[in-house]
Amino acid sequence: MKAAVETADLTKDFTVGFWRPRPFRALDRLTLDVPAGEVFGLLGPNGAGKTTTLKLLMQLVYPSSGSARLLGRPVGDIDARRRIGYLPENPYFYDYLTADELLGYFARLFGHRGPGCAKRVGDALDQVGIGSERRLQLRKFSKGMLQRVGLAQALLNDPELVVLDEPMSGLDPIGRHEVRALILRLRDEGRTVLFSSHILSDAETLCRRVAILAGGRLVAGGRLSDLTELRIRGWEVVVGDVDEAAVRRFETVATRIDAIAERRFTLELPLGHPPERVLGDLLALGGHLLSVQPLRETLEDYFVEHVRAATGSRFAGRDRPAVNADSSTSGRKVG
Amino acid sequence: MGTIGLIAVNAFRESVRDKVLYNLVFFATLLIVASYLVGQLTAGQEAKIIKDLGLAAASLFGLLIAVFIGIGLVSKEVERRSVYSVLTKPMSRTQFLLGKYAGLALTLVVNLTVMTIAIYGVLAWMEWSSPANIKAAWEAPALDPALLKAILLIAMELLLVVAVALLFSTFSSPLLAASLTLGLYIVGHFNADLRNLEAVVDAPVLAAVAKGVYYALPNLAPFDVKAQVVHAQPVTLTYVTLTSLYAVGYIGALLALASVIFGRRDFK
Repeated sequence: MKAAVETADLTKDFTVGFWRPRPFRALDRLTLDVPAGEVFGLLGPNGAGKTTTLKLLMQLVYPSSGSARLLGRPVGDIDARRRIGYLPENPYFYDYLTADELLGYFARLFGHRGPGCAKRVGDALDQVGIGSERRLQLRKFSKGMLQRVGLAQALLNDPELVVLDEPMSGLDPIGRHEVRALILRLRDEGRTVLFSSHILSDAETLCRRVAILAGGRLVAGGRLSDLTELRIRGWEVVVGDVDEAAVRRFETVATRIDAIAERRFTLELPLGHPPERVLGDLLALGGHLLSVQPLRETLEDYFVEHVRAATGSRFAGRDRPAVNADSSTSGRKVG
Repeated sequence: MGTIGLIAVNAFRESVRDKVLYNLVFFATLLIVASYLVGQLTAGQEAKIIKDLGLAAASLFGLLIAVFIGIGLVSKEVERRSVYSVLTKPMSRTQFLLGKYAGLALTLVVNLTVMTIAIYGVLAWMEWSSPANIKAAWEAPALDPALLKAILLIAMELLLVVAVALLFSTFSSPLLAASLTLGLYIVGHFNADLRNLEAVVDAPVLAAVAKGVYYALPNLAPFDVKAQVVHAQPVTLTYVTLTSLYAVGYIGALLALASVIFGRRDFK
């Protein structure tokens, strides 16, 4: 499938420190393909390099090495930008303008004029649920409302590729639900959506593929289904007609035992302990098997495992690699 | 309208909606009108005082607008991150910068026009209300069109100062950019001393360095013809044209440098 976004060994070093300047690698040899027409999640803890990656793609920062292409054109290509929408993280706009005026200005920058321009602006604001507030100056907007305006301006040019940096940030639960629906609608219309997030449930709901960054490095990625659904981390057994005392015998084996009703229990068994043996014992004690199902790894499990492994820290994202640090996982390709 | 024009109109709108601008224009106009009262206290010098104060007010408040609004146009955008959503639209960074410059230039020209109308308005009132024997003592007629030469050169100087402000604001914080611009403005008015340093000190190397700095820094003293105009001394059109061309050349160089710096900048 054609890639909407391609990066090859994309690397960004910043200089930090005023008195003793030293290099700081914000992104380390990222190689990534985002297939056209899919929703792709760029995941990672705070400070993982997600925003740096998106800024590199939008040429708000320049790479130290490596390259990237959007819609088959080099990053920064002005014609390609006509086909791309971008929502920055915590967007801020000219607060002396109304939402209508801001979007009108941006629409004209995309080359739209006249009644068609006004309709486009109106439609974009309608899509994100901005009503009569569109005639208020943006200085009067809340964070969530600004986020909606940010989304509207990202959709203004009917983009083929939509790049969203933390699109759910600042939104209330209804707003989040609406944005999720919006992203799925964009996908259904055949557009590519690349978004960054550290909220894994959003990625699980929306993405076909994800890439996980930690400490500026790509630590894992691929199809969400491949990453999680095939990996079983244990078993959930539900039994009935059994005494609590009998069930408590399995406390040394089970990772969790919950009473869900009178004489009915759920036991969570680790992968290394076959459920057949426990079941045999329970049935011998007069219990009845109600259900057995595998416990599949969630994206969160996968995320925590890989981020911790990559950073060697419980507080993933704070331990950052210096330039030239050895990176065994960087350079692998995801897409 | 092209991309630069759209950005310019938006920058103009930004300035127009800035309360600072209204305060500056209000005080400038107030000062010009007040010059009428001061003129009344000086027998036979009324028109001269009004011209002196009027041109000085236009120059000073124009400078304040150029520096304080000019600095904000780019550095405030970077600081507040509004630049992220704009620069990712189909435009080059140079177009963005030129649009911003054109927008502030338009703001300055409009404000200078307002101040000019105020000066000529006060002078017209003076002309109409003064008896013939008092008018006979004036060095130049009240509604002397030569004032426009001084105002044109004030405009060119301010456009140059805006270009300086824009250059500094592409790589420094608003406060630092304002300080640097004001510093360069002051140096620009006194840097003729650098050229003449060899006559004062016996250090050829230092004198050569000083001369190099003199040629590199903008020379703003030639833009000040207020005294000549007020005292009815001739200011030739050739002088006005050459000085304006110097400003245009310098502005071009400053914008090119600003464009190079801004074009390479990372927005972290």
